[in-house]
Amino acid sequence: MSFINVLSREINCKIVYYGPGLCGKTTNLQYIYNKTNPDAKGKMISLATETERTLFFDFLPLALGEIRGFKTRFHLYTVPGQVFYDASRKLILKGVDGVVFVADSQIARTEANLESLENLRTNLAEQGYSLDKLPYVIQYNKRDMPSVAPVEELRELLNPNKVPDFEGVASTGVGVFETLKAVAKLVLTEVKRQAG
Amino acid sequence: MATEPKRVFGSLEELMTNPQMVMYEEEFNQIQAIVVRLVKEANARVVFVIDKNGQEIAKAGETDQLDTTSLASLTAGNIAATGGMAKLLRENEFTTQFHEGERANIHIQIVGNRVILVVIFDSKTSLGLVRLRVKKASEELNSIFEALLRKVQDPNRETPFAEITDDDIDNLFND
Repeated sequence: MSFINVLSREINCKIVYYGPGLCGKTTNLQYIYNKTNPDAKGKMISLATETERTLFFDFLPLALGEIRGFKTRFHLYTVPGQVFYDASRKLILKGVDGVVFVADSQIARTEANLESLENLRTNLAEQGYSLDKLPYVIQYNKRDMPSVAPVEELRELLNPNKVPDFEGVASTGVGVFETLKAVAKLVLTEVKRQAG
Repeated sequence: MATEPKRVFGSLEELMTNPQMVMYEEEFNQIQAIVVRLVKEANARVVFVIDKNGQEIAKAGETDQLDTTSLASLTAGNIAATGGMAKLLRENEFTTQFHEGERANIHIQIVGNRVILVVIFDSKTSLGLVRLRVKKASEELNSIFEALLRKVQDPNRETPFAEITDDDIDNLFND
């Protein structure tokens, strides 16, 4: 649910990075955090376990510039990817304006990708959303790993509706900003559509 | 012309709790006045109002040294988690939370099932006084948000973002 403050001319939106455990959701946010001008970002918060696995969520507030005097602010969240944290994932999807599905390109993670995507659909539906109607992009991450599935194959499996998709190596930043820009653009277009 | 709704809502209640939120000057000033008064009347350090998604709506008090954006997001996460626990216990919601620290205490109150009123205070005041003042402020805030909700749902409402074109959005993302 976007939040528009008329007085301060700000538009605030929430983007959630979803995907199976260890697919690189937190790494996406960390890369964005490290490469963003200090004026444009707030503190990154990670609620993680001692072994640095996401326990509840990561949070990064980010300003992406102005449109006709409207400051655009995005709150980026990740969900915990591990299967048993499902209750937490549901909570983080509340009020979402746009979703990035981070897929792990490794062949061994095919099942995990499919399971997580199905879980995303189910959890969105429980909150009253449909993935087919939300601003939504996909990132095929870990393209630098040795045994990855061809992108065409991943696309066929995970992207039947042909939403914008990107190859990524989040640890070195490949595809990270392209993914973020694509989802942010879809979100703003949707906000404008609802406003008009 | 009817446009296709973005989301499939489960119930009328969902629909009521999920419209695009727009904060107008009139309501913002009313909310800000309540928040400023609450700081004074409760003798609190900081008071802020956020929505359930962690977006900051208004704040007052000693906010300069405080990362209110992070606090807002964590409070919303906390409320969401507590709400999840309530559901498992077949409770509707736990509307009040209190965290006691050595120097700072936080009182968190859900207002009208929609926004969260946070009061940070120290030993200069008491939990009893904070509770009393929060109760009154909550009732006032609730009626403002109800009015705001009606305004946001009015099809003839002012739509501040409507003046923006697709080209404007494109330009933001052109390097």
